[in-house]
Amino acid sequence: MCGIAGLIHRGKSSNVGSELQGMLQALKHRGEDSTGYALYGDTDGKNFIMRFKVGENVGEGSSSVMEDVSVYDERKKIVDETLAEMGAKVVKEERTLPYSLRYEIDYETKDLLDFSQRIESIPGVEILSMGKSLEVIKDLGNAKMVCDRYSLDKVIGTHAIGHARMATESGVDIKSAHPFWGYPFSDVSVVHNGQLTNYWNNRRVLENKGMRFMSECDSELIAVYIAEKMRHGATLEEGMKESLTGLDGVFTYFVATKDSLGMAKDTMAAKPLVLYESDDLVAMGSEEIAIRSVLPQEIDTYDPFDGEVKVWQI
Amino acid sequence: MANLKTVSKKSKAQSMGMHTEVLTGRTQQKFFNPDEAENFYYFGTYDVDFNKRTELDVKDMTAPEANKEIDNLMSQGYGTIVIKNPQGKHSLGVGILNKLNLIFEGSLGYFGMGSCDGPIVRINGRVGWSCAENLMAGKVVIEKNAGSCFGAAIRGGDLICKGSVGARTGIDMKGGTIIIGGDAGAFTGFMMQRGRIIILGDVGINLGDSMYDGTIFVGGEIGSYGSDAVDSELTPSDQDWLKRKLKVAEIGENFDVSKMKKIVAGKKLWNYDNLEPTEKKGAI
Repeated sequence: MCGIAGLIHRGKSSNVGSELQGMLQALKHRGEDSTGYALYGDTDGKNFIMRFKVGENVGEGSSSVMEDVSVYDERKKIVDETLAEMGAKVVKEERTLPYSLRYEIDYETKDLLDFSQRIESIPGVEILSMGKSLEVIKDLGNAKMVCDRYSLDKVIGTHAIGHARMATESGVDIKSAHPFWGYPFSDVSVVHNGQLTNYWNNRRVLENKGMRFMSECDSELIAVYIAEKMRHGATLEEGMKESLTGLDGVFTYFVATKDSLGMAKDTMAAKPLVLYESDDLVAMGSEEIAIRSVLPQEIDTYDPFDGEVKVWQI
Repeated sequence: MANLKTVSKKSKAQSMGMHTEVLTGRTQQKFFNPDEAENFYYFGTYDVDFNKRTELDVKDMTAPEANKEIDNLMSQGYGTIVIKNPQGKHSLGVGILNKLNLIFEGSLGYFGMGSCDGPIVRINGRVGWSCAENLMAGKVVIEKNAGSCFGAAIRGGDLICKGSVGARTGIDMKGGTIIIGGDAGAFTGFMMQRGRIIILGDVGINLGDSMYDGTIFVGGEIGSYGSDAVDSELTPSDQDWLKRKLKVAEIGENFDVSKMKKIVAGKKLWNYDNLEPTEKKGAI
């Protein structure tokens, strides 16, 4: 059991960091092994923002192997050198935690595949997100712990999706935590609640097409699956609709791009989702109490039906 | 019995005598005996006065605290309780085995009004998954929408949603009536064993999948039939019952019930009379 939440403000920005924290904290009983945020902040859109990690959180409950912290510095140094070789200029650098970094990069490219492959060829390095608006922040612990650790409560933006995870089919670590970046697409992220039963078959097919998987978490498949569809010209909504038959299992998932937010529910409607929709705000979550954290007043909500796909623009 | 290979699908169930909802197999149904009336009571139930009314604000309460306070108010004789600010909390109003007029001024989360026997409940909002699961008797009215597994395994009472409901409504229900004013999702009536479901709007795929018995009435479009769910003839007595029920339920009073579809179990999946392998050996 995991919990997912998302919201999109239409025509305005808001404190999405704080809002999503409240929604995910309301769902913490659905799992607090790890929590992740995909925040679409207000930026000037000139530079790429790269969130990446050079190691794992090896704190209490982690299934990761303890490493000497000195390797983090070595990995960071190689990342810096690789970026310089590719002509990517680091405009701003933040190191929130020894293993977690945020770079603003001045880099001209349309296809991030080569860029990502070179960075992630460095052992122990994983790009959590890449985009001009998107920032994926994920770590062990519940929503408030992660929010406090990364100071997310001040992030202003238009939309966000997040995930409270109870680890069932893969480890308690950051690499298996949601959201997943829609590699190699700029500003695409995914969160998922459910289980996919044709994960390995789909993974083999997608890997043969050059797509990459960083974890053995079945949810990562959704991000890669949709990214691969979009790579071949499908719109977000088309890719999501294809996933209803291409992915087997039970699922409710959200996908976000730079300017849109979508949801899809499997054909058996086996996983919960409650949705609130108005002219200026869409909020949704695994349980109504998530929505209540941002809209405490009496509101009209509903459950989307089986096989339903919806996409909203900012 | 008519030759089932030659009759139309619509009349097939009727030909097999399946529209009566009378279980002819093994039944555990027991009938009330007035001579044993003194044996019919629940431990911890209270004499309440419906005219004695109070309000309870549960905004800062957990669900167990709120439920305990409802019980406490009933013990003081309050027969009408208005719950303020439920705010989507889970498991509110569960396990009430009492006559009670209960009103929620807002929405409930999961498992609201679960395992109840007797209360009359009005929820002026929405409910989450598994509302009124295992309801034995009483009436629960939801003014807005409901989540999936609405009325799962209910055995009696009336469960009414004026809006739309999610998937698996009435799953495994064993009695009672579920009435939906709007649409219903996939697998409605999945494995139902008795009782009736009325849906005024459209219904999703696999309607009545693997139903053992019971009846489903649909006013709108049906996504698809589930395994062993078949059409049956809508009789004049069905229509009278539907009109009465919709009127009492304060929903669809003017709905044209004559155009509703009636779905029952084909009972091809029934294996009640099949002996277990060991029993077969003994019989041989």
